Amino acid sequence: MKFECEKCQHEATVHLTEIINGQKIERHLCEQCAADEGITIKAQLPISKVIEELMLQSSAEKEFSDLRCNVCGISFLEFRRGGLLGCPNDYEAFEHVLVGLLERSHEGNSCHVGKVPINAAEGQRVQNELLRLRGQLAEAVGREDYEEAAALRDRVRYLSDGLHEEPK
Amino acid sequence: MNFADLSQHLAQWQKSPGQFSDVVISSRVRLARNLAGMSFLSRCSDRQVREISERLRTVLTGGALGEGAFYVDIAEADPLESQLLVERHLISRQHAEGNGPRGVAFTPDETVAVMVNEEDHLRMQVLAGDLQLEKCYERICQLDEKLEEHLTFAFSSRFGYLTACPTNVGTALRVSVMLHLPALKMTGQIEKVLRSARDMHLAVRGLYGEGTEAIGDLFQVSNQTTLGKSEEQIVSDFREQIVPGIIDYERSARAALLENRRAALEDRVCRAQAVMKSARLISSEEVLYLISQLRLGLSLNIISDITVETLNKLSLLTQPAHLQMHLGRSMSPSERGEARAELIREKLGEK
Ligand SMILES: [Zn+2]
Ligand SMILES: [Zn+2]
Repeated sequence: MKFECEKCQHEATVHLTEIINGQKIERHLCEQCAADEGITIKAQLPISKVIEELMLQSSAEKEFSDLRCNVCGISFLEFRRGGLLGCPNDYEAFEHVLVGLLERSHEGNSCHVGKVPINAAEGQRVQNELLRLRGQLAEAVGREDYEEAAALRDRVRYLSDGLHEEPK
Repeated sequence: MNFADLSQHLAQWQKSPGQFSDVVISSRVRLARNLAGMSFLSRCSDRQVREISERLRTVLTGGALGEGAFYVDIAEADPLESQLLVERHLISRQHAEGNGPRGVAFTPDETVAVMVNEEDHLRMQVLAGDLQLEKCYERICQLDEKLEEHLTFAFSSRFGYLTACPTNVGTALRVSVMLHLPALKMTGQIEKVLRSARDMHLAVRGLYGEGTEAIGDLFQVSNQTTLGKSEEQIVSDFREQIVPGIIDYERSARAALLENRRAALEDRVCRAQAVMKSARLISSEEVLYLISQLRLGLSLNIISDITVETLNKLSLLTQPAHLQMHLGRSMSPSERGEARAELIREKLGEK
């Protein structure tokens, strides 16, 4: 069920139930009006807003809107609409725009300084290899080369089972 | 796993009051991970989503969570069962209401839970009562390393652990505490806390997650920044600076209330107790409101004939899915109101 904000008619996303002497009072507010009342404060703008602002600031909007990940196929505009990325490669494909976005969301930071997987280097190699194979697989299926597709599928399965060596 | 059985008990972590239990209800640490070489969920084919869920289920039930771990297939679970898991904080509401092959694995004591195919392939969490963030982090770190023996996670040296939403990337670590802040709320000082939380890049939410402030004076505070700080730093900022500051503030507000408005405070607490003991129809929201008063009364020694554990139990077992599962049938809200009041009187030893 959708509610309108009782103060400004935007969509209400904050729903409160207060009980005063057994009287139940329901209140519905949008994020902004709730924040004005000190009810709930988000330290962070919703991701869609941050993206929007970046696009407005940027003179290169055209350039952004042409961006597309060649592994999963997501376009920058689709990401902008949904707020979720399509695959690990998008961090590279959209790096240029993402850095600004990350800095906005993470106190000015855009570099990881935390924990690293035990098998980081190996993981990176497998990750790249798998992404490449999946791309080739989609192509093979596209041109109906089922023999090639079957071979590729086997290698994908082998690698993604966590066995990090090529079948001999 | 037996849901009816689950619906009658408190999780182990809710039974151990500690040094800060007058203000801190629980601590939670969460890590998000995705499998290397796979798309994030929104770009996976149905078949890939199924593959991921099967593979993760195999790893999670194959010893990664220790002996006796449970796995619930959320796609197959009935809505009441999923709702029960939400009420127990084992899955998010988003996970319960999502679609496609997905699940949750958890340890019998419910301290460790791993959601499969929520927003990321894996979302693992460790829960504890009181303020125990270091312990939670240590535990989740062990789990992460254990899983790494079987799985390769998407990682980049520049951006860290890669997540579907860029707001989680880097450490992909979310640290949060659930705080009971009735005195700050009552004295109108809560706004100051919320404002300073915003200045410290923290999110503050009500009891049941995203954008909803549940009643009961319960506030969940969590970090927003996951990139550019190490895991240890995120945990220690929280543990050493942020949370102690709020605890002190709430405690002094309580002391001031007791000194300046003792009669009003006692009246509020004792009325709440009287309503709990004698109500014949009661909603779950009202229960949370009353429990908040009782929790406050208990911490200030206004009342002493009830324990924190009983209050935790009442706030959990009176929620809709718990109540219906406990009584073994689905009920209309008004039937629930009656059953809830009866359960409370029974637990409080009233007839
Ligand atoms: Zn509004
Ligand atoms: Zn992609």
